[in-house]
Amino acid sequence: MKKPIYLDYSATTPVDPRVAEKMCQHLTLDGNFGNPASRSHPFGWHAEEAVEEARAHVAALIGADAKEIVWTSGATESDNLAIKGVASFYGKKGKHIVTCKTEHKAVLDTCRQLEREGFEVTYLDPEPNGLLDLDKLKAAIRPETILVSVMHVNNEIGVIQDIAAIGRIARERGALFHCDAAQSTGKVPIDVNAMNVDLMSLSAHKTYGPKGIGALYVRRKPRVRLEAQMHGGGHERGMRSGTLAPHQCVGMGEAFRYAKQEMATEIERIRGLRDRMLNALKDMPEVYVNGDLERRVAHNLNMSFNFVEGESLIMALKDIAVSSGSACTSASLEPSYVLRALGRNDELAHSSIRFTLGRFTTQEEVDYAAALVKEKVAKLRELSPLWEMHQEGVDLSKVQWAAH
Amino acid sequence: MAYSDKVLDHYENPRNVGVLDKSDPNVGTGMVGAPACGDVMKLQIRVNELGVIEDAKFKTYGCGSAIASSSLLTEWVKGKTIEEAGKIKNTQIAEELALPPVKIHCSVLAEDAIKAAIADYQTKAGTKGSKADAA
Repeated sequence: MKKPIYLDYSATTPVDPRVAEKMCQHLTLDGNFGNPASRSHPFGWHAEEAVEEARAHVAALIGADAKEIVWTSGATESDNLAIKGVASFYGKKGKHIVTCKTEHKAVLDTCRQLEREGFEVTYLDPEPNGLLDLDKLKAAIRPETILVSVMHVNNEIGVIQDIAAIGRIARERGALFHCDAAQSTGKVPIDVNAMNVDLMSLSAHKTYGPKGIGALYVRRKPRVRLEAQMHGGGHERGMRSGTLAPHQCVGMGEAFRYAKQEMATEIERIRGLRDRMLNALKDMPEVYVNGDLERRVAHNLNMSFNFVEGESLIMALKDIAVSSGSACTSASLEPSYVLRALGRNDELAHSSIRFTLGRFTTQEEVDYAAALVKEKVAKLRELSPLWEMHQEGVDLSKVQWAAH
Repeated sequence: MAYSDKVLDHYENPRNVGVLDKSDPNVGTGMVGAPACGDVMKLQIRVNELGVIEDAKFKTYGCGSAIASSSLLTEWVKGKTIEEAGKIKNTQIAEELALPPVKIHCSVLAEDAIKAAIADYQTKAGTKGSKADAA
């Protein structure tokens, strides 16, 4: 067993070796290195074929048509293109957007930017289990609402929103619906038509493809219009200029092809491992699972170990690679904004660890990780004045703390 | 984030973890920080009749740097008079542990903790109305 053990698959996944092999065929002089936009020679034609085949694989995983897929640099760019693109195009129709407080920063910060440009944004509070109350969503949509943006699977707690219902609500009220699906490809079946999605952000590197590439699904029937955010050679039907990277496109296509083929069996194997880990940890005192356990992807376990501070626990768990909060915010000292939005108190938000399992996780690794977590939590609790007070029966919420 | 060897050493082998009897008149207890901020330090000192800190114990909820700062502090204050201990500055702790800027607040908390422990001891000694005043 190789250490440290990687249990941070929601931060990124390794490229599947089968995918990497195929990518390598699209780089060098011996390979298919052409510019897919070159019309005048076979180098360009072959590169274009490879890119289009990959586009079809991406479309197939989400039940879309290949013509509805726009390549981007990743889900962050897709979120920006979808939200800013809709705002610029439909801004004359209305200037109101509805989203949720637990969205990824790529959505939240894009919305903040639009607020500075004169748009109004409603940030809905999720329920304590992490899911949106659909009645609250209905109440938030107004005649001038042009866009609803809700993620499919949350990156921190792994809960699965009812996308089909949210899409139906948006459509009935005349708003477009954007869904960030960076965390759900290969984890949950997706069908953009059944789910009433107009725009969907996709990422390769969360699904065993390479970093640096993603895609945006843009519905054609009825047609969704976007103002381009990147101008240039008019690639991707004018929606996103810039020379395509065939090796990256092929990598994403292959990764998504395998995801479609293998998802059903893979998910069940990973769920078994996740549940094994949960069972090993859930009987410890003062341990809480964050987010709904039923409507949740199979590979995510987010737990708070009360009276132990998350960063020190991660330090103690140096043999396993996990994260506290999300990777995008773990450099700051703020507790997870997602857990705060669920109404978790500060102590529990500070004590959270996200374990995310994946394609290459083994039972041996999970057993090792669970035993290590138990040992280190016990050790840190011996060091914790809060644990001592809890043992003495002190109600910590009643203590007057000297905040600093 | 990379921690210094000294932080790792104190974190992995914390010195003087434990509890002194709070009701002992010679024991001063300082508890600073707040769970909401991600760190709480409890520092206890036992002071002898000469005003010298004979023993020090700590418990800390917080990051590795907070644990290391309090562990180091207990080593430093043992054998010092309460005056000497009261003069320890957070900058000395930060320098010894090579704390990065985002972790300076851990050393500040440690300084606050020893000051609070000394103040608690002095309050107790004051209510006793006795020898500690001479120290």
